[in-house]
Amino acid sequence: MKYSTQKLAYPYFIAALLLFMVQVLAGVLAGSVYAMPNFLSESLPFHIIRMIHTNALLVWLLLGYFGAAYFLIPEESERDIHSPKVAWLQLFIFVFAALAAVVSYLAGVHEGREFLEQPLWIKILLVVAFLLFLYNVSMTVLKGRKTVVTTILLLGMWGAALMFLFAFYNPGNLALDKMYWWYVVHIWVEGVWELIMASMLAFLLIKMTGVDREVIEKWLYVIVGLALFSGLLGTGHHYYWIGTPGYWQWIGSIFSVLEVLPFFAMVLWCFHMVYRSGRNHPNKAAMLWSLGCPVMAFFGAGVWGLLHSFSQVNFYSHGTQITAAHGHMAFYGAYVMLNLAFFTYALPQLRNAQPYNQILNMWSFWVMTAAMAFMTFTLTFAGVLQTHLQRVVGMGFMEIQQQLDLFYWMRLLAGVAFLVGALMYLYATLGPTTKQVSSSPNMQPAAR
Amino acid sequence: MSERLTKSAARNIFYGGTAFFIVLFIALSVHTHLYIVNTSTDETTLTESVTRGKHVWERNACINCHSLLGEGAYFAPELGNVWVRYGGRDHAEGARMGLKAWMRAQPTRVPGRRQMPQFNLSEQELDDLIDFFEWTSRIDTQGWPPNTAG
Repeated sequence: MKYSTQKLAYPYFIAALLLFMVQVLAGVLAGSVYAMPNFLSESLPFHIIRMIHTNALLVWLLLGYFGAAYFLIPEESERDIHSPKVAWLQLFIFVFAALAAVVSYLAGVHEGREFLEQPLWIKILLVVAFLLFLYNVSMTVLKGRKTVVTTILLLGMWGAALMFLFAFYNPGNLALDKMYWWYVVHIWVEGVWELIMASMLAFLLIKMTGVDREVIEKWLYVIVGLALFSGLLGTGHHYYWIGTPGYWQWIGSIFSVLEVLPFFAMVLWCFHMVYRSGRNHPNKAAMLWSLGCPVMAFFGAGVWGLLHSFSQVNFYSHGTQITAAHGHMAFYGAYVMLNLAFFTYALPQLRNAQPYNQILNMWSFWVMTAAMAFMTFTLTFAGVLQTHLQRVVGMGFMEIQQQLDLFYWMRLLAGVAFLVGALMYLYATLGPTTKQVSSSPNMQPAAR
Repeated sequence: MSERLTKSAARNIFYGGTAFFIVLFIALSVHTHLYIVNTSTDETTLTESVTRGKHVWERNACINCHSLLGEGAYFAPELGNVWVRYGGRDHAEGARMGLKAWMRAQPTRVPGRRQMPQFNLSEQELDDLIDFFEWTSRIDTQGWPPNTAG
């Protein structure tokens, strides 16, 4: 670590990991309600648990990106972060807003559009924190060395902030509401977030493989190009059945196929760069996560997305457990693993220790990844059965759900296993380092 | 390919292509917006009570259990066509009474069955919410869902 302000990433990563735990705990609770429907039904109803589950996810992922930006921008721009005070203020506002949202949900105070349930004043706080961040990192980048990594990262961040403004537009016409709601939801996760993802991966590849920056950055352009060319019109696969014109069925189907390409390109990119370098980076756990991330993103976002995004298929599968299956593996593969990879890479440096508890960290990788894969399979089976019984046979929703009990129990099992994996990760990255060899700057090996 | 494609060419393709697709997306969005307002939804019957009903729907976060036009939590039934499922197209009063009775009877407390909380909606709120369901059921959704099961 060359710049002292890179340390700003540390509190961001801790806050992110704590909210990750909140998210997973809420997930296990929600999974329990699926298996045992009367559980908590009057003290903490399902809709509240689910709001905490999804909102905590979005907030901790963003905290991870913010922290990653504070960590990588000084190294890329070759200068310290413009204002550490603003970064602390931003963290304080953002975490306060997140906790206020959780308390507010528990008290039953919320707005009602999915994922955008935060009361108006909390949404405004989130925007304020986001603007502080953009100001801080943009100033740093403008005054320093310009690299493709920081340019793409900033494009992704500015785009995310810009699209979030549609969260404030809620027309009375439901179809219009839904159309612009997807501007936030789709263009985040299948558009600008992919820019953030690709630039963070690019930084990790540059640092860990030692392959020439020029080569990595050229492919970074290709990947983010593929992401936006396919992702923008790919919004069409959400515009099939919500009162939007029929031509979206063509556009959405075609561009959904293309949306697989950036993820496939990321797999090739990461593996090729690691293969080409032949260098053995000592942080093996970070390498494992960095390779696992594009692979699971390819399956979760790419393959499971394509599975149900042709309009002819989606006509039957829309709004079933198939969507839940896809959502879980896509978020895990693309964005959860991305952050966990980055934390695994950066935390040893931030804590001034050698890469430590690598074995435990790698076990947590396999436990979480296997649990999420199993969860996705069970939900996929549940979804296929539900699609047939409900959309083809025409049975009632509640009647079908009882037949899916076995799958929901297996999903709960997977959820508990995932929680175990997440706790292992937490211990491996933030746990005691007393037995580790502390690294002073002049003793540091190839790990940078 | 890696030899022929230079970094500056990759950059130009990225910026040029992105600009092209943004413009295309905005153009299609404008058309879609107009199509929704003029063709697929009935703005003339988008009354005060429908709008109030949408707010009842939002204030109680119904979307975090139910789905509406297939989007939501998949934990509870689809409600975009609940008006049709309750026979509202043929017997509006019967459907209205049935929906109110159902929401008032929650939670059922039946063991092993998913529970809907009691939201204590007023008569006015119930009517507004049902007006919202009725209006929603008339959105032209390209024939979705495949059947009344939703």
